[in-house]
Amino acid sequence: MTLPDELRNEEPSKLSVQGVSKRFRSRGHLVQALDNVSLEVGEGEFVCLVGPSGCGKTTLLNIIGGLEHADSGQVLADGQPITSPGRDRMMMFQESALFPWLDVRGNLLFGLKLKPGLRRKERLEIADFYLRLVGLERFRKAHVHELSGGMKQRVALARCLAPNPRVLLMDEPFAALDALTREQLYGDLQHIWQERKKTIIFVTHNVREAACLGDRVILFSPNPGRIREEFKVGLPRPRDINTVELARYSTSITAALKGHAVGEPREVAE
Amino acid sequence: MKRIVKASIFFIALVLIWEGIYAAHIWSPVLVPSPASVARYLIDAARDGTLASATLVTVRRLVTGYAFGIAIGLPLGLLTARFNLVRDTLGLAALGLQGLPSVCWVPLALLWFGETESAMFFVVVMGTVWSVIIATETGVRNIPPIFARAARTMGSRGLHTWLRVILPAALPAVVGGMKQGWAFAWRSLMAAEIYVTVMSGFGLGSLLHYGRELNAMDQVIGIMFVLLLIGLLADRVFFSPWERMLRHRWGTAAK
Repeated sequence: MTLPDELRNEEPSKLSVQGVSKRFRSRGHLVQALDNVSLEVGEGEFVCLVGPSGCGKTTLLNIIGGLEHADSGQVLADGQPITSPGRDRMMMFQESALFPWLDVRGNLLFGLKLKPGLRRKERLEIADFYLRLVGLERFRKAHVHELSGGMKQRVALARCLAPNPRVLLMDEPFAALDALTREQLYGDLQHIWQERKKTIIFVTHNVREAACLGDRVILFSPNPGRIREEFKVGLPRPRDINTVELARYSTSITAALKGHAVGEPREVAE
Repeated sequence: MKRIVKASIFFIALVLIWEGIYAAHIWSPVLVPSPASVARYLIDAARDGTLASATLVTVRRLVTGYAFGIAIGLPLGLLTARFNLVRDTLGLAALGLQGLPSVCWVPLALLWFGETESAMFFVVVMGTVWSVIIATETGVRNIPPIFARAARTMGSRGLHTWLRVILPAALPAVVGGMKQGWAFAWRSLMAAEIYVTVMSGFGLGSLLHYGRELNAMDQVIGIMFVLLLIGLLADRVFFSPWERMLRHRWGTAAK
């Protein structure tokens, strides 16, 4: 594989979640984290999963990522069932999870070295390409602890993009950042998404963030974890989180979220 | 440069106080020799080669035993962290034995191996290995699970994860354990060398022992200086660079 090939956009994946259920035992109680959840995500679509804690949105993300297994049901990526983590589906977490024993570029090279068929020089060029994409090429030799929270998440994003996956799975990646940094990253992420054409599933409990980023916002409710409603966000991109139009969307989603949250918690039968 | 000057002034002052005490004749010169006589002993011992050969014997015992202790302690620590069965068996044993003052291995080593190099080796290994096992295990168990998850999503599996993620992530704790193991090994070796004479080589401990036998306080104090120097040097040569590296990369000191 040549370098231009490697940097060319992979076709984004189509994901199909089919009747997925998952239970946990937590403090002696059986929690139905996901109850017969089905969801179709189109190629290159940006989908946000929103809901209160414990509604199973992170569990669903982990199942799509291959880090956890469903009790029943399955998830297909381009028609193939997902059974384990794969390079075509990269995951980003709330903590950057960057490795402190490697410098910034070393973190990007970690995943690239595990991708077969790349020469050393190509790996370095790919790493530099993605560091440039997130605007941190000057920091390639920096150590992780020298970066701010926002810079860490940018490096984490670059590290996810570097193996050229078809899907990005993001688990509240901006939740620990200050508001200003976060807003900047909304812009960056939309820009990168349009440039690199990935299917993105983005978990958050911030409704406004979801309305700002998603083509679609999927609303989850807890006990048992189910999809309650979905909203299409038809605003043009790039979107600014501070506009009135966006506020209108997030208000109606928040209203729906409150409606479901006060619904009676259901006990799960053993 | 300023730090060196301050340190020098401090140590020169100590020697001057010592000289003052000696000159005041409060205690017998047999008990408190002059700094000059200690220096004379060290110079003589350095000239006739006793000091060099004793240092060599001691350092060789220490380094071989220590290296062996790490070579088995590190993998055993990883196994202890990986398998609950190993943790509940070997891990428990290591925890107990680490608490045992390593000097306590000396009588056992002498009965098993006699007054031989093997006994010395054994004592040093016992001083090292338990600390390294415990530190490696704790280090691995305290790694944020997110590292392994992130590595898995990037395609890392099995041995690759252990060598490229778990081990480097546990490094600060492992270095801490190695340092503790070094301290234990050093102390127990000295005890063993003072306690018994091994005919295959006279270490610094033996010189200390004969200093006592001969009532030669200048020798006793002189050798203590050498021991102190070796400890300092080991810290500067072996551990400081690691700790500096950890501070540099992690942004923290070793635990």
